[in-house]
Amino acid sequence: MTTPTTSAPLLAVRDLSIDFITPDRPPAHAVSRVSFTLQPGEAMGLVGESGCGKTTLSLALLRLLPPQGRIVNGSVQFNGRELLALAEPEMADIRWRHMAMIFQGAMNALNPVVTVGSQIGEAIHRHYPFMSPPEVAARVAELLDMVGILGARADQYPHQYSGGMRQRAMIAMALACSPEIVIADEPTTALDVMIQAQILDLLDNLRRHLGLAVIFVTHDLGVVAELCDKVLVMYGGVTAEYADVDTIYNSPRHPYTQELLKAFPDLSKPQAALNSIPGYPPRPDALPTGCRFHPRCPLVFDRCRTDQPALLSVSPVWSSQQSSGYAGTANSKRSGEVRPTHLASCHLVENDK
Amino acid sequence: MTSSPSSALSLRNLHKHFDAGRPGLLRRDDRLVHAVDGVDLDLGRGEILALVGESGCGKSTLALTLLGLERPTSGEMYFEGTDVARLRGAALKDMHKRIQMVFQDPYESLNPMMTIEEIVEEPLIVHRSFPTSDQRRARVIQALEDAGLKPADSFLDRLPHQLSGGQRQRVVIAASLVLDPTILLADEPVSMLDVSIRAEILNLLADLRARQGISILFITHDFGTVAHFADRIAVMYLGRIVEIGRTEEVLRAPRHPYTKALLSVVPVPNPRLRQKRTILQGETPNPIDLPTGCRFHPRCPIAEDRCRLTDPPAVTLSPSHSAACLLIENDK
Repeated sequence: MTTPTTSAPLLAVRDLSIDFITPDRPPAHAVSRVSFTLQPGEAMGLVGESGCGKTTLSLALLRLLPPQGRIVNGSVQFNGRELLALAEPEMADIRWRHMAMIFQGAMNALNPVVTVGSQIGEAIHRHYPFMSPPEVAARVAELLDMVGILGARADQYPHQYSGGMRQRAMIAMALACSPEIVIADEPTTALDVMIQAQILDLLDNLRRHLGLAVIFVTHDLGVVAELCDKVLVMYGGVTAEYADVDTIYNSPRHPYTQELLKAFPDLSKPQAALNSIPGYPPRPDALPTGCRFHPRCPLVFDRCRTDQPALLSVSPVWSSQQSSGYAGTANSKRSGEVRPTHLASCHLVENDK
Repeated sequence: MTSSPSSALSLRNLHKHFDAGRPGLLRRDDRLVHAVDGVDLDLGRGEILALVGESGCGKSTLALTLLGLERPTSGEMYFEGTDVARLRGAALKDMHKRIQMVFQDPYESLNPMMTIEEIVEEPLIVHRSFPTSDQRRARVIQALEDAGLKPADSFLDRLPHQLSGGQRQRVVIAASLVLDPTILLADEPVSMLDVSIRAEILNLLADLRARQGISILFITHDFGTVAHFADRIAVMYLGRIVEIGRTEEVLRAPRHPYTKALLSVVPVPNPRLRQKRTILQGETPNPIDLPTGCRFHPRCPIAEDRCRLTDPPAVTLSPSHSAACLLIENDK
């Protein structure tokens, strides 16, 4: 592996594989050899349908997998530290303090019998046990203000909040200890478009002002196009495509990415017919042979049914590093940047060479 | 005003108000929730009309009123040209059969203990439509096939958890088709589904209109999903239709500032087209204390003093397009 030429990434995930172990059954391969990097202040979209391994991957980064989940291969480096080698108490210090998560359906994850303020205070107290109660209260008020909730509402219970406010409260909680990375798992799925826009705008502002790096886990390609610098498209637990956001939307090379884009309604082209992708993603315990997308791929040919395609560099225009697996180094500035290598796992990419 | 006989459904100055107070001995609250507050709307035969608005704008109350589950406080409602208030007995029951609802969440709205056949057959039993079980089974199979579940026999004995999200939503649609409706009220029928299968359900609805001439009122908060298949779009805010027009008129030349704001926040799947978004702060206000003048003025980015005073009438912009905003003449 070659080292990226720019500054060391904040997060470097390499060849991460996760199995689910059930007694008396072969392991289910939920995630296989996924690699990516994240720079400070960078936003990455982690995209794919339900069941493609996005949430499993996110939980593994925080080492919060359910008991059946095992990380069987790979490395997760945060600021050069190998997280997979840490003992649990050390990992607990990383979690929330450096890397936090906004969970899917988070608005329903609040404890209904504890005030919102105390729930946020609890997260602060866990990492800063010596902070005095008035200091914690001040920090809670500051966090609520940051997400646009009046400080006085800290003493209210979750049911007194609207859905959008509960989601903001969850963001405040994720930011409680000023983490460098926030993983947002479908942060706006259940919300109205306007509230969704408010929440995404908030996350984008925090990213710009606090230098927060964000991983947006979503099946909503619109959100990704609006906010992200780069995109990792997952299918059946593997990387289908990995590139900067402009490349993903304007010259996608994996048929899965292309089909996903056609399924997304585009108001700028209302005449275009909406597409669906027939069938469903494979179950991790019943993966097809060859390319995992081949049963649904419109461009399938013989080889796809037998050989699993490697993740290959599509356009090695920007660097001479060949298939380094994870030479992703995008700046968050959108002009004059070094683009991350465009990678795709499809036999058609190889045929083009 | 009268209803046009070409309409499947016409609403004239429809109101639905609720008491704001909770029932209780010592509690007294004379205020009203203005959930639907003066709606005029025509749904043409075989038309797909999208009703777009945020949570709390009254769109679901409107749907419940159309279903006969809520009685309108005032105003008129015509079903295929007939005043609904005059319908009694069998005629009223028949109307209730002809207007069916497609519910939002296929994970929550199907009874997990019932087979697909039982779920789709239930409306037939409730309405005593077919006396024998053989007739009912034939009708259920037809409805499943119309909803794209083929071969239908293979689904009859299955339980909801054995189906995917897209298939479940097709079952929900089959259960609404089984009574042979002329109008479907579809309340966010794809919002709980993965983007990759949404088109499948939208295409099915478009197909039902094309093959069976069913009229569809498609209720949603998302312009993105309706742009591709609705004939017209009505935008609702705080109980009132603020803009209505043919889909391309509303999308290409929106005139109400609320429509413009909603359109500006629809994500465009192309990073080169990142646009300036008009993000309205706060949420739809409580429909108990309606703002004076234009009900949108407290959140409106371009409101002027007069907007606080005058409730704007609908301005006709083309034979098919109108919007209720005082500032439309400035907007050239």
